[in-house]
Formats: sequence, structure tokens, C-alpha cells
Amino acid sequence: MRHRAVLDVSDLPMHGLEAASPTWWGTFGFMLLEGTGFALVIAIYLYLLSLAPQWPIGAQPPRLGPGTILTVILVISIVPNYWILKWARERDLRKVRVGIVVMSLLGIAPIIPRAFEFPALGISWDSNAYGSILWTMLGLHTTHIVTDVADTLVLAALMFTRHGDNPRRFGDVQDNALYWNFVVLTWLPLYICIYWLPRL
Amino acid sequence: MSTSDIAPDARDTALQEKALAERLASLWATPRGILGALSTVDHKIIGRRYIVTAFIFLLLGGVLALAIRIQLARPENRFLGADIYNQVFTVHGSNMMFLFAVPVMEAFGVYLVPLMVGTRNIAFPRLNAFSYWIYLAGGITLWAALALDMGPDIGWFAYVPLSGPQFGAGKRADIWAQMITFTELSALAVAVEIVVTVFKQRAPGMSLDRIPLFVWSMLVTSFLIIMAMPAIMVASTTLILDRLVGTHFYNPAEGGDVLLWQHLFWFFGHPEVYIIFLPAVGMVSSIVTTFARRPIVGYLPLVLALFATGILAFGLWVHHMFVVGLPRVGESFFTASSMAIAVPNGIQIFCWLATLWDGRPQFRTPLLFVVAFIITFVIGGLTGVMVASVPLDTQVHDTYFVVAHFHYVLIGGAVFPLLGAVYYWYPKIVGRMMNERLGRWVVALLFVGFNLTFFPMHILGLIGMPRRVYTYGPEMHWGGLNLFVSLSAVILAVGFVLFFYDAIRSAFSGEIAPENPWGAPTLEWATSSPPPSCNFERIPVVSGSYPLWEEPHALSVATGLRINRRELLVTSISDASPQARESSPRNSIWPFLAAIASTVMLLSSIFSPWAVVWGSVPIAVTLIMWFWPKGTPEDIS
Repeated sequence: MRHRAVLDVSDLPMHGLEAASPTWWGTFGFMLLEGTGFALVIAIYLYLLSLAPQWPIGAQPPRLGPGTILTVILVISIVPNYWILKWARERDLRKVRVGIVVMSLLGIAPIIPRAFEFPALGISWDSNAYGSILWTMLGLHTTHIVTDVADTLVLAALMFTRHGDNPRRFGDVQDNALYWNFVVLTWLPLYICIYWLPRL
Repeated sequence: MSTSDIAPDARDTALQEKALAERLASLWATPRGILGALSTVDHKIIGRRYIVTAFIFLLLGGVLALAIRIQLARPENRFLGADIYNQVFTVHGSNMMFLFAVPVMEAFGVYLVPLMVGTRNIAFPRLNAFSYWIYLAGGITLWAALALDMGPDIGWFAYVPLSGPQFGAGKRADIWAQMITFTELSALAVAVEIVVTVFKQRAPGMSLDRIPLFVWSMLVTSFLIIMAMPAIMVASTTLILDRLVGTHFYNPAEGGDVLLWQHLFWFFGHPEVYIIFLPAVGMVSSIVTTFARRPIVGYLPLVLALFATGILAFGLWVHHMFVVGLPRVGESFFTASSMAIAVPNGIQIFCWLATLWDGRPQFRTPLLFVVAFIITFVIGGLTGVMVASVPLDTQVHDTYFVVAHFHYVLIGGAVFPLLGAVYYWYPKIVGRMMNERLGRWVVALLFVGFNLTFFPMHILGLIGMPRRVYTYGPEMHWGGLNLFVSLSAVILAVGFVLFFYDAIRSAFSGEIAPENPWGAPTLEWATSSPPPSCNFERIPVVSGSYPLWEEPHALSVATGLRINRRELLVTSISDASPQARESSPRNSIWPFLAAIASTVMLLSSIFSPWAVVWGSVPIAVTLIMWFWPKGTPEDIS
């Protein structure tokens, strides 16, 4: 078919950021998908709770210590995460490098209390359905943290190479920071279910 | 011309048409050889692979269906034993739903959506490559298991406790559950790709009200996949956990619940029907528009009907559970919503009929399939309204009435439009026409064969024949109808064989297809048949809903894109105004290797939970290699 030029796009930027970036939308797509998964796991928890004559089944409510420490770390991590979003938007490589190291550490830090959370549940996954859903919730969220930390560490390494100073990388940093917000947000309802609903 | 001959910021305006075509062809090419084939990220090659693979699974599933019909042809038949029969009907159903119906619809989306929205590749093309390999691995897993007499024998919805650790000995149920993980992983990946392609890569000017209806249907379908498929992944994962590490999700003795499985399964399973049906609806709208030779009647109601169906699809799942003893109020609610979904579907039927009524319909093979679809689907829809009512459902639940109903909806509602779509888009995909005369025979044989095969099943169900029985006694008096059904199935099978024959033969000796053989209005017909590796040498610019009808002689295009890297346009969501010239990734072997690593992990985890830990290491390595920048021009910004 014959072509008729009606639009010149040569002045457009060579990479879109935020809402102009396909990766940004892809990240939201995966958040919707994983968010649905978390919502379903919470639905299973509430469903089993509604069936049980008493809740928790055959155990004391989980000890609050490790889970609460982890929650505090996650909530605090939102602040530097906000900064790194801002610095990435400003394309400030030096600050982003500092920020991504801080976020790597703040990603690793919650894994330590998480290791103590499993024993603090006070029940094994194979004791009863209550134990099963608790371990599944924690396991799922641990996978969430670990994969995002791995992602952050790779990105941190990348930011210190020659590939770092590139608008595309700053976009990656923004997407990664957005995703960390999501990791923190999904934890909060899980925290309430695991630690506070059995105390009601 | 090699990359070194071209200035880094050279634009497409620097070259004449022919030189530009050659330059883009080499830039977007898939190299020859095995490595090239395993590394390609071209959505057309991957889409074609998906389509061919899905049709091979259709053929295999059809062979199982014939085995079922031979076994049931007369009372106390001994063609298949009870155990083999259980595996055969389970693999038939699982195969048709998870390896054929959903993937084939997504496959058409993978192939057509980028062309229809006027872009050069799907969003996240490497993820697309990965998704295909994962799908293939899942399919091979299921069929290899059947060949080894390890095939799942628990029905396609794998109810507990039958599939649980107490009754489901061996690895059969685990094979089923892990096949789910494979296919859902691949479906979810494609869904995200399609959403982002439709949101961000539409041709400039293709505002929301100019999106082709097939693209709308794939968008709504993709959202259904994103929100429904996590349910089946959660379900299959918890089932494996119950079986492998002794959790108690489905064990009532320890606080679990068997109905939980049914809720999770059908929360996915009902939208699943619409995940298969909505793309078919989009295909019908495309075919009807082209062959009625006029714009579709009721574009807006049709788009709203897609959304309404998509939303209502999530409010129907309990109608699969009417006989398990749920509260009456709940049953009434789900009866009402099950009947309500007939409304948007009715609206669509009226819009198509009105378009045909007011147009100048040309009854070529694709449109004949649409006619077959409308008749069959209306019958299936009516029995759907019948079983939405609790007393009737209680009577016919788990009988052949239900088998008849869902085959009317799935074959009539999805396979007929799909085959019409094959005849319609075959020239674009292959570059040759299918045979019109054979096509008419295919429609006739399939339509007659289908109705003769499945209509009597309604009666068999009403006189009490349960589904999933491997045989029955002569005193039940079901033999005559069953023999009739089995003989009719031969007609249906002949129709399918003729279809495959036509499809294969036409690829070699069909008439050469021009750019736009049907005189269709949408952008996929504005490029050669089959399209070049870059889809469009210049990205189209759209100023109406039917670009090729509105400007039949010249295509409005954009200029100024680079020719030293794979580049396409990113546009805004609502009015598709250009935002950026974005790069599109090059071919890479890493998605294939990541799929191999994922397959090893998923299959090993059937046998040991620790496989999840050690199996993650190679996956992480391949993913890092996949994403690590290689310093190509695509990484520059």
C-alpha cells in the first residue's frame, strides 16, 4: 500500500518515563496479578476462620515480636524508597547509587526478623489448616521480599557499571521502587490477619 | 547494508522505500538455524508456533474424544478399562481447556493484536518467547504422563478429596496440578503483554473509540486472565502442598475444607469460560464487519457488553456448586447473576444480526462459520439459562445434559468462530488462501456432525446417564442413543480431518494471497501477506475506526524513526497521541534457557520440596542474563 507521511515523530524522546513507559505499566499489571493472589490467600484465611469453632486452632496466637519488628522496618523503608523515586526522576546518579545501596540493605534487613517469625507462629504447617495457611502466607510474602531484594541487588550492581547513567536505568530504579511499595503494602493486611485477628 | 554504514541517529526519511524495507528487514530479522529459532522474539513467529501447537493439542484431544465415543458406543464395552478411561477423559478435558482453548485464543492475540494496533512487536517480546516455551513444557508434561500411564485421572476440575493425598495415590494429581502452573504462568505472561501493547503501543490517532473490537475483546480477556488465573494457581499450589508436605487445606479432620477447593477452582473456572469465549466474540465482530461490508452496528454496546460479561463472569462461580448444599440466599443470587449474563450476550447477537441485516453479506467460509456459531451458541446459551436454575440443575447435575451444554457453548461459542478466524486470517499469516470449496464442506460437516453428536446428549442426560462413567449396563436402554452419538462423532471427525487437510495443503499450494484479500478495514491488512519482520515499514497513523475503508488508496504514516535500532512508538492511553520513540528488545536465547530452568524446577518440585530452593538458582542466573544490558543501540536513550 502507498504511504502518505502525515506525522513527524523525530523530535520525540527515545525512551518514555513513568506513564509513557511500557515497563511501568507492565509493573502495574504484575502488581494486579500478584495482588489478586494475595487477596485470595487472605480470603482462604478468612474462609477457614469462619468455619473453625475456635481460632486459632490448637495453638496460642503467634508471638508479636519478630513480625512487628519486620513491619516497622518495612514501613520505615518507605521513606528512603520515596527519596530514591525522587532522585531517579531527577536522574541524579550519585544519590541514586547511595539510595539503591540503602534500599538493598533495607531489603535484606527484614529477612532477619522473618527467620524468627516462622518459629514465633507457634504451630507447624502440618499440624492443622490454621498452621497451613499461616505458613503459606508467610512463605508467599517471604518469596515476595526475596525476589524483590534479588532484583534490587542486581540493579544496584548495574548502577555502578557503565550502564548506570542512562534514563532507561533510572526508569528501572523507579519501577523497582514502586514494586517495593507494593511489597510493603501487601504485607500490612497479612500482618493484621496473622497477628491481630486471632487476638480479637 | 550493515549497522556500521548507518549514522547512529539516521532516520527512516534518509532512505528510499526499497532501501528502507531492506534495512528494517535485516534489523528485525530472525536469523536462520536452530539458535535463531530458539532466540526469536518476533510475535508473528511465536504466535504462529502457539497456534500450530494448540491445534496439535486439539487433534490429540480429539483422538481421546473418539476413544471415549468408541468405548461408550455400546453397553459393557471393553475397549478402554475403567482406569484408562479415567485418564482419557481427564486428559481430554484438561488438554482442551488448558492446552488448546485458552492458548489458541491468546495465540491469535499474540499474532494479531500488534498488527491490528499498528505496532512492530508485542510489548515485552522476550517474555512472550518465554511464555511459549513454558506452555510447550506444560503440554509435553501432561501428554508424556498419559503415555507413561501416569496421566491424571481426577477430572479436569480435580475435586478433592479424590485428588488429595488420601485417594490420589502416585503422582497423577501432581502432574495435573503442575501442568496448571505451567499453562497459567504462560497465560498470565501473555495477558500482561497484551494489556501493555493495547494501552501503550497503539498507532497514533487510534483513540479508545477506534480500537478494533477484536483488540477490545483481547484486552478484556487479558484482564480476566490476570484476575482469575491466580485463583487456580493458588488452588493447584495448595493441593500440591497438601499432597507433598502434609498441609491440611482440604482435610476437614484438621480444620480444612473440601468445598474450599470448589470455590477456588470455580472462581477461576467460570471466568475461564469467558476467557475462551470473549476472544471468539471479537473474531466474530471482525468477520461480520468485513463480510457485511459495513461498519458494525452498535460499536459502543458491543464494547460495553464485553466489559459487562467480564465483570459478571466473576459473579457466577457458585452455579457450578448448586448441589453441594449452600445457603438458599446465595443460590438465588448466583441464579440471578447467571441469568443476567445472558443480557450482554443477547445484545451482541442482536448487533451482529443487525449488521448482517443492513449490510451486503458475502457468505464466504468465515461468515458461514459465524452463522454456525450464532445458531449453536444460542442453543447452548438457552440450556445455560436452564441450568442456572437450581431445581433444574439439581436434576441434571453431573449428567450428559451438562456435557451437551458446555460442548454447545465451547465448540459452538468458541471453536466455530475460531475456525472462521483461521479461514479469515490464514491468508495474512501464511500468505496463501485456504480453499473456499473445501471450506464450505468443512463448515457443513462440522455443523451437522456437531449437532448430531451433542444434541442427543441432552436427552441422554435427561434420562439419567451420568457423565464420566466408563460403561453402562444394557438394562439402562442408553445404548441406542449412544451408538447414534458415536456414529455422528465420525462425521464431526471427518470435518476436522478435512479442515487440517485444507490448512496443510493450502500452505503449499493455496492461491497466493494479496495484501487485503477480503477488502477488510483494519490495519493488519495494510501490510504484506505475510507481514515483514517489522510488521510495518512505517508506523500507521489513524483518523477513523475503519482506516482501510476510509483511505483505501494510501496509508497515513509517521516518519522520523531511527533505523539503527528496533524502534516503535509509545502513545497515550486514551487518545493515542505519540509520547516516545521506544526501543524493542532484540532476539535472545535467555528466555528459552530461563524456561528450561523453570521447567526443571517445576517438575522436580513434584518430587521434592527442596527443588524450589536449589531450582531457583539457575532461574535467577538466566533471568539476570536475560535482563543485563548488552550495550546494543536499543539500550540507548
